[in-house]
Amino acid sequence: MAKKSGFIVIDRKLCKGCYLCIDACPSKLIIISDELNQMGYYPAEFTEGDSEIGNRTCNGCATCALVCPDIAIEVYRE
Amino acid sequence: MAKKVFQRPKYLKKAAFHYCPGCGHSILHRLVAEVLEELDIGDRTIGVPPAGCAVLAYHYFDVDMGEAPHGRGAAVATGLKRALPDRIVFSYQGDGDIAAIGTAETIHAANRGENVTVIFVNNGCYGMTGGQMAPTTLVGQNSTTTPGGRDVKRDAFPIDLSEMLAIARGSVYIERTAINSPKNIRKTKRALTKAFKTQMAGLGFSLVEVLSPCPVNWKMTPIEAARWIDDTMTKTFPLKVIKDEVGKLD
Amino acid sequence: MSKKVLMRGSQAIGEAAVRAGCRFYAGYPITPQNELTEYMAESMDGLDDGTFVQAESEIAAVNMVIGASMTGTRAMTSSSSPGISLKQEGISYLAAQELPAVIVNTMRGGPGLGNIAPSQSDYFQATRGGGHGDYRTIVLAPASGQELADLTRTAFEYADKYRTPVLILGDGMMGQMMEPVVFPEPIDVHTLPPKSWILDGAKDRPSRIILSLLLNPPEQEDLNWRLARKYEIITREIPTGESYMTSDARMIVIASGTAARIAKGAVKRVRELGLKVGLFRPITLWPFPNIPLRELSRQAREFLVFEMNMGQMVDDVKLALEGRGNVHFYGRPGGIISTPDEIAKSINSIYHRQHLEED
Repeated sequence: MAKKSGFIVIDRKLCKGCYLCIDACPSKLIIISDELNQMGYYPAEFTEGDSEIGNRTCNGCATCALVCPDIAIEVYRE
Repeated sequence: MAKKVFQRPKYLKKAAFHYCPGCGHSILHRLVAEVLEELDIGDRTIGVPPAGCAVLAYHYFDVDMGEAPHGRGAAVATGLKRALPDRIVFSYQGDGDIAAIGTAETIHAANRGENVTVIFVNNGCYGMTGGQMAPTTLVGQNSTTTPGGRDVKRDAFPIDLSEMLAIARGSVYIERTAINSPKNIRKTKRALTKAFKTQMAGLGFSLVEVLSPCPVNWKMTPIEAARWIDDTMTKTFPLKVIKDEVGKLD
Repeated sequence: MSKKVLMRGSQAIGEAAVRAGCRFYAGYPITPQNELTEYMAESMDGLDDGTFVQAESEIAAVNMVIGASMTGTRAMTSSSSPGISLKQEGISYLAAQELPAVIVNTMRGGPGLGNIAPSQSDYFQATRGGGHGDYRTIVLAPASGQELADLTRTAFEYADKYRTPVLILGDGMMGQMMEPVVFPEPIDVHTLPPKSWILDGAKDRPSRIILSLLLNPPEQEDLNWRLARKYEIITREIPTGESYMTSDARMIVIASGTAARIAKGAVKRVRELGLKVGLFRPITLWPFPNIPLRELSRQAREFLVFEMNMGQMVDDVKLALEGRGNVHFYGRPGGIISTPDEIAKSINSIYHRQHLEED
């Protein structure tokens, strides 16, 4: 049974660096970026940016987006 | 081909939230908008924002919204709903708005069984004005007007308005939830859905109290604030169904 | 046109409101205007589309009116002096949000808890705006049962036309008096012009916001200027007053409402004695009828303002006259009702003191 595969897109402009998504992600796939965004926050960053299907362990559960106050995360599932 | 499974709901305008990082309002606005969309009632909904951080809620909710003076949300909602009984009317109020200056209006709207939905956002302080003591500030909790912590003798105990409203005959569904964790966020959405369905069925006064993190005024990080709700706030304000006379609704 | 009915003043307001299309009333018990609240309780119930709410407070009542008015419904609340104090916040919001509403104040003795006797001591509160911010409310001062009815309809029309709260200032005596009244035919509310700004659910249209929070100063300034322009238009279009025996008068008595009825009696009495005195009765207290008053100052140089208070309208008379003539004041506060004889004595005394009997 193939595991569901997914990915997220974080809008750096909207992220306020609350890191609730980092706390919430069951697979710990989100980290703190080391580049400031325009608002002066270090936004959250999705670690699986590349598109090679075999590497992804995000399953698109959308827990990160559920807790994100700023609707900065879009979630995609295969 | 990847399918988008999470996006901004329809009844939220494209504006970026002005709320603080980790503020509960942002999450709660999104949940309300999702519920309005899922129940397909957005285009006949009228909302009443509070005075408080969410005073600008009308910049976010893409439904008709009418501002009320501080605390008077339940009275303005009464006027709206009595004038247009087939519309969905909700008021969205903070703890100071609803349980200090608005206590009389809220209790009486509940007592009359006004067929409106009240969303009570409990963050244990007056957020917008800088973190003063509120009716729901915990004993011992610091605030700018209780510098050593809330003192029972000088400042009284916090008020549990939701329990008080349960006594009112006209209130039919009251639940307290929180939005500090994925599990609680999902529960809050279910409670909001039930509250709006209560109104749609014409059953009476519904209220959802939502414990909401206020990281800046609590002087915590967003994650610490979320934990504090579970560890401390729920001891005074337990998460539970306070009153349910509506049962299961379709 | 309907036939004449004998009706208590407060009830005449209620009947007129219903016929003017009022379909929402929220009120709270307070003497001496309970007859109006009770009349609305019965009449709103008798309509399919009417709503009556006895609110838990005067504050709640005016806020319910805010909500109902937002939907485009003709809405009214009423109280007496101390209760009107409680409504000031709501009135400020109605003015800022440009919401139509009618507020009836049956004035009683004050300040504080005061008494339940008739008075005119809320003139400042009504015309200077007891609530905060830069706004005015239209203020109408009826002086008879018929006028209570007529001006109630006018109040709803002005409220809708100008999108502003309108105050009807009665007093305890007028509320209780029974006089014959002829009511016009009831309006069919469905024929009222639709309002483009109401909140009723954003179906097939963009969502609307009714607010008064304008954090950005230029936006707040814009609103203030918009309101000022509106008030300017109102000031040009609606000031009303009534003149009685003024054409050859050398002295004019100025009074409104119940005081004007007493003053009219006094003017009749002194006319029998040969004194050339007339009465000018402002009907709109805001906007004050400056122009007719200024006209009268061409021929008359003595003005006696009679009020059932410590002197409030007298300020507006002085402003209107802009220094012309001499303004005198006679006031009885506290709910004491003067007799025409008493006023006649005062008129007589001033008339002779100022040598008006000489040509």
